[in-house]
This record gives sequence, C-alpha cells and structure tokens, in this order.
Amino acid sequence: MIKWLKKNLFAGWFNSTLTILSIYILYLIVPPTIKWAIIDADIQGTTASSCSSGGACWVFVKMRFNQFMYGFYPEEQQWRINLSYIIGIGVLAAIFWARNNTSKVLLILGYVITAFYLYHGGILGLSIVPTYNWGGLHLTLVVAITGIIASLPLGILLALGRRSKLPALRLCSVAFIEVWRGVPLISVLFMASVMLPLFFPSDLHFDKLLRALIGIALFAAAYMAEVVRGGLQAIPNGQFEAAKSLGMRYWQIMGLIVLPQAIKIVIPGIMNVFIALFKDTTLVLIIGLFDLLGMVQAASTDPKWLAYSVEGYVFAAFGFWIFCFTMSRISVRLEKKHG
Amino acid sequence: MAKAIEFIKVNKWFDDFRVLKDIDLAINEQEKVVICGPSGSGKSTLIRLINRLEEHQTGKVIVDGTELDDSLKHIEHIRSEVGMCFQHFNLFPHLTVLENCTLAPMHVRKMKKNDALATAKEYLERVQIIEHSDKYPGQLSGGQQQRVAIARSLCMSPKIMLFDEPTSALDPEMIKEVLDVMEDLASAGMTMVCVTHEMGFAKNVGDRIIFMDQGEIIEQATPTEFFEKPKTERAQLFLDQILNH
Repeated sequence: MIKWLKKNLFAGWFNSTLTILSIYILYLIVPPTIKWAIIDADIQGTTASSCSSGGACWVFVKMRFNQFMYGFYPEEQQWRINLSYIIGIGVLAAIFWARNNTSKVLLILGYVITAFYLYHGGILGLSIVPTYNWGGLHLTLVVAITGIIASLPLGILLALGRRSKLPALRLCSVAFIEVWRGVPLISVLFMASVMLPLFFPSDLHFDKLLRALIGIALFAAAYMAEVVRGGLQAIPNGQFEAAKSLGMRYWQIMGLIVLPQAIKIVIPGIMNVFIALFKDTTLVLIIGLFDLLGMVQAASTDPKWLAYSVEGYVFAAFGFWIFCFTMSRISVRLEKKHG
Repeated sequence: MAKAIEFIKVNKWFDDFRVLKDIDLAINEQEKVVICGPSGSGKSTLIRLINRLEEHQTGKVIVDGTELDDSLKHIEHIRSEVGMCFQHFNLFPHLTVLENCTLAPMHVRKMKKNDALATAKEYLERVQIIEHSDKYPGQLSGGQQQRVAIARSLCMSPKIMLFDEPTSALDPEMIKEVLDVMEDLASAGMTMVCVTHEMGFAKNVGDRIIFMDQGEIIEQATPTEFFEKPKTERAQLFLDQILNH
C-alpha cells in the first residue's frame, strides 16, 4: 500500500506537488457538492415550501419528473413509450448478438416502424398522439436515435460519392457535405421550421418534428461522411485490386471488403458524431420543440419554482451524461470486439 | 494452339510518360511466360493490363477471345477468368483464410456455400495450408499468405494466372514454398504469366522469357537461349547484374 502510494502518487517532487494540489482541489469541490446534493437536500413534500434545509430542492424535479420524461404525452398513454423502451433494449441486445448484417438492419428498421406507430398511434385502436405533445427525454431520444440511424447510411453514401470516379456524383457529394458542414445547426433548424413552409403550398402540411428530424439527419450525415471518408482512405489500394482481380463489382467490393474494414477503423469517430448529435438535439428548443433540456427550462420559469432552476439543470445534465457515457462505453466495447 | 492473350500495338501513357511502346505479344493456352527486366521497364504495367487493373490507351488487348474495352461486362468476364497474385498478397485481413477463398466464388460465381467451402478446402489442401483455414491473414507468415492468395485465385477456377512479383516481398527461406506451389500449378497445365526475378524458376518452368526495357519488348527466347546467349547487349547487362551479385 505504502509502496504503491510512493510509486504512483509521490514519485519525485513534481509528482508529489500535483498529487497534493489535486487532493486540495477535490477537497474544495467534493464535500460541498455532496452536502448540497444529498445531505442538505429535500425530497419529501410536494411544494417549494418543503425545501427548507438550504440544500438542493429535489422536490421540484420529483414533481416535474413525469414532464421531464414524457413531455405533454397523455399520462394514460405513457405505457406506449415505456413499452418502446423495453423493446428497444431487447433490440439492442439482439443486435449485439446477431452475426449477420441483414438481420441487424431488419431489426433496426422493424424497431423504427414499431416505435413510430407506438408513439403516434392510429392503428390497432391506439389513439393518435400528435407530435406537438411529444417532449422531454422521450423527444430527445426520438430526435437523437432517428439522427443516429439515418446519418450513418447517408454518411456512407456521401463518402462513397465523394470518392467516386464519376465527376457529377463527386461534385454533388462535395457540395452537399460542404454546404451542410458550413452552416450552423441552429440555422438549419430555423430554415426547416420557418422558411421551408413558405416555399410549400399552404395546404401541404408537413409536421414540424419531421422537418427538424430531416434537418438534423442531413446535418449529421455531412459530418459522418467525412468520418467515413477518413476510414476509406486508410484502406490500401491493394485491397481494391485484389477484389477487382477476383471479378467483384463495385458494390460487392465496397460492401464486402472496403466498408467492413473502413468502418472498423473509424468506430471512435462515428461514436463521436453520435455523441455530439445527441447533445445537439437540445437545439430543437429554438423551434418550439421541448426536449429534456427544453422541458427543464420551461418548468423552471414556473413562478412556483422560480428559485430552483439549478436543480433542474443538474438533473438534465445528469440525464445527458448517462446517455453519452453509455455510448462512449459501447464504443470501447465495439473497438475491443472488432480490434 | 489457341491464343490465351494477345496484345496488338498496345501503348500506354502515365500523363506524358510513355510506359508501354507498341507492344505486340501473343501468349498461347497452357504456355508459361516469364517477364523480366529492370525496374521501371513496364513489366508490371503490362501484366496489369491483362485484367484491366490498368487501362491501355491505344491498341488492342484480347484475353480468352474477349477484347478489353470500356464494356464493364467484358471486364468482369475477363476478371472472373483470370486470377492474379500480387507482390504484397493483398489478402482480406478482416476475413479468415477460408472466408478469403469462398468470398468471390459465392458472390461472383454465385456458388452455394457448401460447394464454395469444398472447393476452397481442396485448394487450401493443394497449397498445403489447410491447417490454418480458420486463422486470419495477419497470423500467417508471408510465404503462407502468398500460398493462400494463390489458393484464393484458384478457387475461381481461372483459365489464366498472373503473378506480379509474387516472391519479391518474401524472406528468402519462404520463397521456395511459394515457387513450389507455382511449379505444381505449371505442371498441371495452367496458362501462366509471371513477372519475377527468380531466374531459377524461369529456367525450370518457363516456356518463354520476355525481356523488357523502357516500355519495349527487347527480346523473346526460350530460357536456354536467353540465359546462354542473349541476343542483345541490354539483356546481357541485365543478366550480369542479377546473376553475379
């Protein structure tokens, strides 16, 4: 024990100073945080007046928890969302186990369709819940997962297009990527919600959430394309030549030889785009969609809870962190599995 | 004998540089041709024209009765009939040895999986590497990898095999195992075109030696003629350099 300390924490004066400094900083931060968040915190009660101990007022989060999770989705219908989460976890596990790529793609497509009908309703006697009632963490997940699922295949196609020998295809891909990468996501969302309807006839109704989803998916696809292109460039020319010399066609070469190797190389980059995308979903607030952060913000403007926005934001940050950290862990596992 | 490969007045440029100059060459079925020459002489380019890994600009290349032009159908047909081995093996690193051998037969020849597996095992046996079937290329030595590469090509039952310096990237002690496989293939009657510096192999196996320099075919002769008394000074110089180092 002493030996370990000496070797790892107190080897040399520089090392020792850093150790002592770190301990001091931790001492400044950790105990007050624990005191605020746990020891002095209030969770009993139902109103702001129950928060009297001076620490965090988790009563606020508790009272609004349902809204943070489900937005304005009717309470008696929320089992549909919960059911979709359970199915989702099952599908995720199945994808990890599945060996064959076709079945993975079918699982994902099946899940997207099932989830859409569960949320939106309109079949099998499920009542319709319009998208303007969707919100909270549920909306965050809808936007993020749609973006994730759509951006990878789109990004791969764009990356292949950018490296194509056909000049027209190459030009279109480059133009698409550079335009979408060059524009801030906020303006993309703004265009999608405010300007797009101006160009369409007024009787053509185009759901606001759908427009935002398309905007985010295309935006993420442009970034994804560049990540995938990095992987494609790492594949030596000899791989193409060997595949060609065996008589394989373009899509066979790409699908069977090049992409499986290229994607493997850029798993960390892909996950990076996914995590950035997950956090970028909070920007849908500016076009009037209330994701988890939007719900927290809206709730903290309630006059009854005016003093407790910090608790709300801490809760939202924690929620985002859990998902992003999970994705980062999945990335590490995938890298190990395919390393 | 029928012609397997025919070059008629073939020219190729890389930008302004003329790599191949008016090549005329005919290779018969079952013939074993060894192409040699100093580096930069265009021998690799010549062999890569045969399955369209490079494009020629003027002249005609006819392989197995089909002319190589811009038609994708022709190119794909020829590629499926012509096997090729590369200097750096170019095995697919994400697939096992067995999968490397079954991939093209299943997807190009549309063979059933069991048939493809049987064929692959037969050829892996023949190149004596069957015990490594489930390993990945990265776990094998260079000589073993090159033998897998030969088996992978053979699984497509090609009519012609091309070898582009198959032993140049190998450690000396592994060259023989690859050359043995190639000799075995030659004695089975395969049409072979080899770019190589292995003069022993050229003597034993070659029906004809083609000596190239600066994009031209300088000399064609049987191995005995070529090694005993080359007709040109350039060939003599080349032989002196590689035989007496």
